[in-house]
Amino acid sequence: MTTSSVKLLGVWASPYVNRVEIALKIKSIESEFIQENMLNKSELLLKSNPVYKKIPVLFHDEKPICESLVILQHIDEAWPSGPSILPSDPYDRAIARFWASYIDEKWYPLIVDFTNAEGKEAKAAVLEKMSEGNLLLEEAFVKISKGKSFFGGDRIGYLDIVLGSLLGWVKVIEMMYEMKILDETKMPSLAEWDERFCMDNVVKDIIPQPEKLVEVYRKYINRKKATSN
Amino acid sequence: MSDQVVLLGTHVSMFAMRVKIALAEKGIQYEYKEENLMNKSPLLLQMNPIHKKIPVLIHNGKPVCESLIIVEYIDEVWKDKSPLLPSDPYKRAQARFWADYVDKKIYDGGKKIWTTKEEDQEAANKEFIEYLKVLEGELGDKPYFGGESFGFVDMALIPYYSWFPAYEKFGKFSIEAVCPKFVAWAKRCMQKESVSKSLYDPDKISDFVVMLRQRLGIA
Repeated sequence: MTTSSVKLLGVWASPYVNRVEIALKIKSIESEFIQENMLNKSELLLKSNPVYKKIPVLFHDEKPICESLVILQHIDEAWPSGPSILPSDPYDRAIARFWASYIDEKWYPLIVDFTNAEGKEAKAAVLEKMSEGNLLLEEAFVKISKGKSFFGGDRIGYLDIVLGSLLGWVKVIEMMYEMKILDETKMPSLAEWDERFCMDNVVKDIIPQPEKLVEVYRKYINRKKATSN
Repeated sequence: MSDQVVLLGTHVSMFAMRVKIALAEKGIQYEYKEENLMNKSPLLLQMNPIHKKIPVLIHNGKPVCESLIIVEYIDEVWKDKSPLLPSDPYKRAQARFWADYVDKKIYDGGKKIWTTKEEDQEAANKEFIEYLKVLEGELGDKPYFGGESFGFVDMALIPYYSWFPAYEKFGKFSIEAVCPKFVAWAKRCMQKESVSKSLYDPDKISDFVVMLRQRLGIA
């Protein structure tokens, strides 16, 4: 059996890169991590992702694949013998893809909106939308997990990776703004899932500690202030 | 056991058209229900409570939402004929990447053309053409985005062709003049029965946009 060459172009702090790292770990795929500098993008990045110029980029036998959700599905399909990442039933797969899309296009952008909202009223308006979204996710988790530990059942799967990868940054916002987003009183099942996810073997050395991410966030805020002055 | 398949959509929706093409490609019998988005049916609200949007595919009573997710679902359930995605994993990844690009850029890019203020018209037109140029680059010399045969990306993109006359009318420009390769690809797709039967009459779409602009207070 020939081994493929797998390289991952990314940065350690990116949740989207973390997603790919988790998927590679689940499948026990050896890969080379190439650290990118997002403030001074490499030729490799510009050549392999000319459309968006973003990370992660996975190189499978030197061929680039971009967009984290596309990469996750590719890893699942190109290495079919390892533990599966997406569910096997087509309907369950459609549900997983639906919620992944919701998380990336609606739920997480609200958190970003919150940080950008200026003034108490604007922030309160976003917070209300976030509460609604959080409840939807809590209900979705209860329905999809069917009493098991993860969205994927007994093991971490696609939806666990998609939502779980964002938890580091959710905690950063919670720390910086002294608030609770994943509130255990309002989202008890997801709060427990959060703990299980972060402790799992395929995750624990990959999602950076919130304290380290806070440093990255502070630097980002300072850069933003410097360029706007 | 026969499948019960229902599609909730609107005639003008490029997203619903994608699903119609997929169902036609697979030869699936289904019931179509036209929704009035100003007065959404209880069925739609029940089947898509999160987004309250069309299209929704209801398969034996269970809803699937989001057009590209629906197309992949159709491909996986009715897997014995007319594959909609390639079988090679790398090609599948490319197909998903480009269908996602269409979703990220073309709808909003097109909408800007007919909603924008006069002073921003040229910029809106230019932006849209740039996206089409990127897609032309990806198409290259291939007959379809899928290669020799019509596939996932073609299906994701071709419904927008029925909106081109509306874009051209309100943008006051010719898309074919600037993107002849793109239009040639579109005409090739239109020769397929599954496509020509699924796309809506561009004149009716233009009338719809006139009405929408009035409702939005643009014209």
